[in-house]
Amino acid sequence: MNDLWIIMKNELVVTTIIFLLLFIKIGKGLKNETLLPLIQFLLLANLLQGFFFNKEGLLFEGIFYSNTLIIVQKNILSLGVYLISLVCSDWLKKSPQLPEFFILMLSALLGMFFMISSGNLLMFYLSLELATIPVAAMANFDLHKKVSSEAAMKMILSSAFSSGILLFGISLLYGATGTLQFAEMSALLDGSPLQMLAFIFLFTAFAFKLSVVPFHLWTADVYEGSPVAVTAFLSVISKGAVAFILLTVLHKVFLPMMGIWYNLLMILSVITMITGNIFALRQQNIKRFLAFSSIAQVGFILVGMTNEGQLGISSVVYFILVYIFSNLAAFGVASAISSQTGKENIDDYKGMYRTNPFLSWILALALFSLAGIPPTAGFFGKLFLLTAGGAKGSFWYIGIAALNMIISLYYYLRVIRSVFMDKNDAPIEKISVGRSATLGLLLCGAGILAAGLFSWIFEYIRGILN
Amino acid sequence: MNLLYLIGLPVLTAAALLLARSKEQVRWISFAGSVAQLALALALYFAFRQERAAGNTAAMLFDQTWPLFKSLHINFHVGVDGISVAMILLTSFVVVSGVLVSLNIEKMTKEFYFLLILLSLGAYGFFISLDLFVLFFFLEIAVIPKYLLIGIWGSGKKEYSANKLALMLMGGSALVLVGLLGLYYASHGGTFDLMELSHLGIPADTQRILFPLLFVGFGVFTALFPLHTWVPDGHSSAPTAGSMFLAGISMKLGGYGCLRVAVFLLPVGAKEYANIIIVLSSIAILYGAFATMMQKDLKYINAYSSVSHVGFSLLGIGMLTHTALTGAVLQMVSHGLMTALFFAVIGMVYDRTHTRMVNDLGGLMKMMPFIGTIFFIVGLCSLGLPGLSGFVAEMTVFMGSWENADLFHRIATITACMSIVVTAVYILRAVGKVMMGPVTNPVYLTLKDANWNEKLAAVILLAGILAIGLAPFWLNDLVRPATETIAHQILQVTK
Repeated sequence: MNDLWIIMKNELVVTTIIFLLLFIKIGKGLKNETLLPLIQFLLLANLLQGFFFNKEGLLFEGIFYSNTLIIVQKNILSLGVYLISLVCSDWLKKSPQLPEFFILMLSALLGMFFMISSGNLLMFYLSLELATIPVAAMANFDLHKKVSSEAAMKMILSSAFSSGILLFGISLLYGATGTLQFAEMSALLDGSPLQMLAFIFLFTAFAFKLSVVPFHLWTADVYEGSPVAVTAFLSVISKGAVAFILLTVLHKVFLPMMGIWYNLLMILSVITMITGNIFALRQQNIKRFLAFSSIAQVGFILVGMTNEGQLGISSVVYFILVYIFSNLAAFGVASAISSQTGKENIDDYKGMYRTNPFLSWILALALFSLAGIPPTAGFFGKLFLLTAGGAKGSFWYIGIAALNMIISLYYYLRVIRSVFMDKNDAPIEKISVGRSATLGLLLCGAGILAAGLFSWIFEYIRGILN
Repeated sequence: MNLLYLIGLPVLTAAALLLARSKEQVRWISFAGSVAQLALALALYFAFRQERAAGNTAAMLFDQTWPLFKSLHINFHVGVDGISVAMILLTSFVVVSGVLVSLNIEKMTKEFYFLLILLSLGAYGFFISLDLFVLFFFLEIAVIPKYLLIGIWGSGKKEYSANKLALMLMGGSALVLVGLLGLYYASHGGTFDLMELSHLGIPADTQRILFPLLFVGFGVFTALFPLHTWVPDGHSSAPTAGSMFLAGISMKLGGYGCLRVAVFLLPVGAKEYANIIIVLSSIAILYGAFATMMQKDLKYINAYSSVSHVGFSLLGIGMLTHTALTGAVLQMVSHGLMTALFFAVIGMVYDRTHTRMVNDLGGLMKMMPFIGTIFFIVGLCSLGLPGLSGFVAEMTVFMGSWENADLFHRIATITACMSIVVTAVYILRAVGKVMMGPVTNPVYLTLKDANWNEKLAAVILLAGILAIGLAPFWLNDLVRPATETIAHQILQVTK
């Protein structure tokens, strides 16, 4: 019984926070000015507790399990949620339903925790739903905006569709192997046609969630319509969690079928990178722009996943950590600007450096990190992914990925050029960034620089796999 | 001597710049920082000589290793040989004079110097690193400063040039990256260490694939024909110090990479592709020279002539003899100093007259004798007058080339030699038109000669040019043992 408390500690803490917020809501209710710091404090506490008193183990006959890698992954997600609560605080402060927003967000986080820890396909399915449905409600949070409802609608429909496919895949897999447990399934897989069909359905569901091309069509619309905080959550936390569980599924469960998914990943990653990059070239809206850039980044994550060894896992986990810092910094700047001026177009950023040097430098740092240019952590992240992807020695594959880095640099530079070089007589006025948003942006900036230059971070992730 | 000072000093300078309160402080911090860099580089040179004189014949001196990413066998491995020391000296000379000539920058001064110092950090790190991962890190670290320097402080079609430069250089580094990963996996155990890789004996088939990737990748940085097109635009749009850094330091990163990584690690590949390199560099030499004759803008003149001059060092690399390789390194150092000085003088002229068009200028010698004299000297250095560094370097390249006795190499050498005549035409024409003759615009009569800082910058670079031109042996002795290691690698292939 003691084990239960300690192995499920992360989930229990998140649940406690959810209930706390619920009581605050139905009780007297607090003003946003006092509530938001309280929530931020709770999220920080949630992040910090993840580093202590952890235990590995199985629960409920292997349906739920936990190990050091999973705890690190959970901590990365907690960190992301904490950073979102900081960088988007200027928008959150104005929100009339602040507790509900965080109740939804934390429910989704809880779902992700269960998802990463799940050792059984049914558990996985349930937690995936828990991680998805609250996010659709969050996407609708700009209640007076029609685009926001549209985004929520698109999100819920496409999620329902992918859930259906996932369930179909699970049932086929159950029919083919007779088990739902991850641990037992691996030995029963031999690559028969039925199993392959099941795998393809299963993988399609993952591809939907990760917005891998050709299952990416919902992404840009949903990202554009949702409030910036939700877009940030979708693009960073949701993607990260799904990438984590996909790693487990591919590298542990479906390892016997590696010949199939290796080629599949290779083809899909190339298509995803190229499509994401080409569509990002001409976007005007910063959120759509970041949506397509995140599709391209997913392509890179898939490159790393093709390596079934330790390098593959560690490079993907490390890249997602880096990606959280970089993308949240970019979204934080976009959120600060959009919440005060309502401007979301790249052209509106012209000449911004004169009035907002701090935001400009953070944005530049974030974009350079996304483009993979040193000394930012993105450079190391991308390089490790490519190193992992090149392990089979196919030069053309790495060459295509490297080529995509050039294309992506082109459009990231376009934003940099608007901010730093273009002349504009009426740039965005001086934006007063709140104290907690400044803290969040500084944390992201520090993370972008430190995660790469402090090599022990990668070494730690690599070390826990041994 | 601890090589980490070379990295620590720019980092400290940059950190101090961030804390600076006024433009005056910014200027003095950067000036002090760059002078310290020069002192450090000179100290390194003398320490290196002392070690060698004491009989230390290790390939790399001041060798130090720290584990960085242990699981991937990536170490922070630094060390220098004669080539690196020569390059570090060159860098420090250009940095100090680049900082000096831009003391009058008013627009976003702090950011400007911060980026300049960051660029120098990338160069030092690149020249001392012996681990290819770290080397690549420092190669790419300079992309952001270059892009922003041109885009923000540049002139003309600066956004276009900045974009072109960043993308082409990024393309080059993408090729390098693929090549480096290829080396990493070709070495089975997986190592990025330069010295370890050089002993491995990489299979000829792999070398055949990897050599073009690495050579062309680094070649983009050093204006390998036909990938030189970023050079004219980039150099002419950049601010004065930016052009000096680009031509004086940044292009040398590519040449150094070609030599140190591509040729040194992949001698079989080098042998097989040598003829293509020779053809391309001969074309670059001639094409660059003829293209320069058609230019009207002083910066474009120097940029195209850079393409031609850098071609000599690539030609030297392609010839693969010991003397030619030495000549290639000498040419890199000489061209770095010379072209930096040329850009500095052009910047001084432009600051005063606000035009760089040769046809609008004339008779400036009367008002600015100092600038005029420097302009003359650097022009003569460019066309290879004995006594100046250009002669020494080009002569060594030609002598090394002549050691290859077959017809193909002879023709290539003679073709390259002919470009000197063309160089004389465009240099003398430009210098004569700008400095001599009647004053074309009465406004010029009121112009003043160089300030103390401009004079100092010019004198520093000129000292370097004369030191190589009048007494070339110190540099030759420095570089020769290092190029011998590389030549030895190539010789082993033939056996």
